[in-house]
Amino acid sequence: MTDRNQSAASPALELSRLSVAYTVRGRDLPVLSDVSLRIERGEAYGLVGESGSGKSTVALALQRVLPPNGRISGGHARVAGQDVMELGAAALRNMRANDVAMVFQDPGKALNPSLTVGRQMAEVYEILGASGTDAKDRGEAMLGRVRISDPTRVMASFPHQLSGGMQQRVVIAMALAKDPALLILDEPTTGLDATIEAEVLDLVDTLRQEFGAAVLFISHNLAAVASLCNRVGVLYAGKLVEEGPARALFADPRHPYTAGLLRCLPRAGFKGGPALDNIPGFPPVPGSITEGCVFAPRCGLAEDRCRTEAPPLYDVGNGRGSRCHFHDRVDDLPRMSEAPPVNLPERGPNVEPVLRLEHLSKTYKLPGNRNVQALRDVSLTLDPGETLGLVGESGSGKSTLANLVLGLAEHDAGGAISLDGTKLPASVHQRPRAAVKAIQIIFQNPDSALNRAHSVKYLIGRAVSRLAGLAGKARDERVVKLLEAVRLTPRQLPAKPRQLSGGMKQRVAVARAFAADPRVIVCDEPTSALDVSVQSAVLNLLTELQGERHVSYILISHDLGVVRHLSDRIAVMYLGRLMEIGPARSVLEGPHHPYTEALLSAAPTVTGERGTRIRLEGQIPSPVDPPTGCVFNTRCPRKFGPICETEEPAFTADDEGHAIRCHLPRGKLGRSPAPELAAASQGGAA
Amino acid sequence: MQSAFGRFLVRRLVLSLLTLWLVSVVVFLGAQVLPGDPGRAILGPLADARAVASLNAELGTDRPPVEIYLSWVGDLLQGDMGQSYAYRAPVAPFVGEALLRSLKLVGVIFVIVVPLGIGAGVIAALNAGKPVDRIISVASLSLTVIPEFVSAIALILIFAVILRWLPLSATWPDGAGPLVQLEHLILPALPLVIVLFGYIARMARAGTIEALSSDYTRTAILKGLPWRTVLTRHVLRNALVPTITVVAAQTGYALGGLVVVEALFRYQGIGNLVLSAAKAKDFAMLQAGILTIGAFFIVATLVADCLTVMLNPRLRAELGR
Repeated sequence: MTDRNQSAASPALELSRLSVAYTVRGRDLPVLSDVSLRIERGEAYGLVGESGSGKSTVALALQRVLPPNGRISGGHARVAGQDVMELGAAALRNMRANDVAMVFQDPGKALNPSLTVGRQMAEVYEILGASGTDAKDRGEAMLGRVRISDPTRVMASFPHQLSGGMQQRVVIAMALAKDPALLILDEPTTGLDATIEAEVLDLVDTLRQEFGAAVLFISHNLAAVASLCNRVGVLYAGKLVEEGPARALFADPRHPYTAGLLRCLPRAGFKGGPALDNIPGFPPVPGSITEGCVFAPRCGLAEDRCRTEAPPLYDVGNGRGSRCHFHDRVDDLPRMSEAPPVNLPERGPNVEPVLRLEHLSKTYKLPGNRNVQALRDVSLTLDPGETLGLVGESGSGKSTLANLVLGLAEHDAGGAISLDGTKLPASVHQRPRAAVKAIQIIFQNPDSALNRAHSVKYLIGRAVSRLAGLAGKARDERVVKLLEAVRLTPRQLPAKPRQLSGGMKQRVAVARAFAADPRVIVCDEPTSALDVSVQSAVLNLLTELQGERHVSYILISHDLGVVRHLSDRIAVMYLGRLMEIGPARSVLEGPHHPYTEALLSAAPTVTGERGTRIRLEGQIPSPVDPPTGCVFNTRCPRKFGPICETEEPAFTADDEGHAIRCHLPRGKLGRSPAPELAAASQGGAA
Repeated sequence: MQSAFGRFLVRRLVLSLLTLWLVSVVVFLGAQVLPGDPGRAILGPLADARAVASLNAELGTDRPPVEIYLSWVGDLLQGDMGQSYAYRAPVAPFVGEALLRSLKLVGVIFVIVVPLGIGAGVIAALNAGKPVDRIISVASLSLTVIPEFVSAIALILIFAVILRWLPLSATWPDGAGPLVQLEHLILPALPLVIVLFGYIARMARAGTIEALSSDYTRTAILKGLPWRTVLTRHVLRNALVPTITVVAAQTGYALGGLVVVEALFRYQGIGNLVLSAAKAKDFAMLQAGILTIGAFFIVATLVADCLTVMLNPRLRAELGR
């Protein structure tokens, strides 16, 4: 404790030429090389990069909790002035107990499932020497400081009894309890809904000022980083390639990798705008590039010099650094994507919808004669070549709706699903083969959607033979055609999924969905498991395929940027009900439902602007016992009278088919304050 | 929460009784109906037909099967397990004594194997990938596959015949004290210890490795807790839940598996009782013995289920819903 005061002047974290290597099959793979950075006391520093860039390794190394095959192979890490490499076992424990704290990605896993929250909170104070009851009281007080409304109840709860957002608050409370000099947040909001993410980011921002702790915020989500951090470092293949003040760096990147990442984000404009740019190729295997710049093989600015001479970290002024020989030419970075601009499929005014849903409801029975209505009276249509974006928090009924359309769950009696004007049986098992092949799905996680034991050829071939009924040569020809359509080459036919990158796997999944000329494809978070640069390529692919084949998409995504980029129309769902539906522009720009307004406002923007953010209070109500009247009334910031609690609002569409389920007249409903601001979206969901 | 657990217990008890009833039907069918004519089975093919008929009348096996079953169950409910043909005496005292002896043996087995198995599993997990782990893992796997009668004979040869450290017979002299009884029970216990050791050690190892690599263990380390606290409070608590429940369930299995060991060591436990009753065609004894083993198995499973629920807060909460 005494040396804390001594070291109060030293930075919260100082990495000097830190290198980390993992030993894999007897070979040393350099995962981090020569990373130097400094985080002052009270500063928030964002470390961004795609998966495999080494950003989590930084956090593990500086606390000396690398996996058994990892080791610090060079350089130093100093936390609050102490060199962590030189600490003995007791001093290391002491540093962990006092100076540094970490919040992980998945709060549900970070908490011990068989101990109460109270026990786990008290532990932190007990290490610091507090007695049992004192530790408990202080733990409870700390829960109050992270804005948990009923600390006594939460203290007595087990982790699984709390919601994800609440669990993350508990983890943050545990981290801040020791009043650390450095708080490390590793993807703290990745598993959370957009509205909860916004809450957690706000909370961290407030607490940082209250506690004066420095923050190391590790994330692939550029927008989240932009909204929270003063300074940002960009990590690529274990090297810090660019560093600088957050706003300046995102507004005017000085490294082609940063610029490329930003161009991959679906940010502004609506469907029909230019295709997204991407970064061709893949990140290198650690240690494979020994000469020149690590980014050169994927860089649009690379010249011979880049391949022979490793760039130093150039000082580019204003406290910014870039590891690029041509940092002054980044604005000239050519477009790397070959994707053509999107042609909107022509849609006449009188086209017959390909899919028509009428009064769809889904009720699940619970033990004890209780019912839960996962979906309630949803009616909508989908035109050929149209994309309908579905948004809403988890539990809003998006996936239930998708399952009903696919026939994986059966809708309640009284509803109807029609494909090209023909009514379909509720269950996929009773649908004619033509209807089954017409409605396909692309899942969120290609890893679990593709059987690891089979080759690409088998995976696509089976879909072709099952759905299109082709065999032999005809099947093989179709497989090759599909492969080409998703921009893979026949060379990949014998590959197993584990030999493919995440993006390639998702392309195989897309090819499979297109195996038999589908009419409608449900895309369930199609890119949320992918890195930003891979996401843009998959989004471009989906757009191109739609232009070529006139297929319709139902797009489920929590990333409003993705939804904006792909959707013709957007439907907003809450507690199993449609709250709003209409053309993408009308829904996003307003007037819109207060819930839509809150969702839009929750999404952080890569420009780092913080508009007048609307925060939803309270938890999502249980669908077992939904609120009376308008189901949103318990959380609505615009609730204006008893009518909200007694009467469900009407759901009528205006001339352009924009319907809003709210008692407020349209004139009084919110609009996005400035179109430019709304155009910036939540960035980089990977 | 308490009442939810109570409801769970009642539900499980009802299910257990149902299982017990099914076991009784199966036992009855196996012991009484399949042999066809019990009197003929006992007296052999050369016996006089009148002698067979009179024996069947004496045993009550000349009645229709349903009637026999009902009277058997009716007697059972009143605590009467029937009359042994071989001993011409009530079955119940024999079964009770044999069960007590077997439980002593099972007790010795578990007192030895549980700490040993869990200890070895945890040590292996803490040294995962190192030579200690390899030795424990390979040893436990190879021990598990040795059948009881093979290891029993080897153990008898080594410890009773060559070294003469332990008595050959499992049966202690009348009036022997607990220590002498224990001495006699160690050798018969070892074969099943060997079989169960590998099972428990591997469960404990897998659970501990999973808990060690979990995020909550990392959280605990990063709290700055001493390693011992991390291990006992965070790792083992979660790691051993599946092992403990498996151990509970295994006691039932061990009781049934005693037949071989008891026969080899001439130990008058429930396994031997069933075996000799089968040989002597003492159907009442056979039924009672098997039913007792079945009942014990059901109780062990019930205890295992209750332990699982009590040790796992998530399951406990689900009961509350």
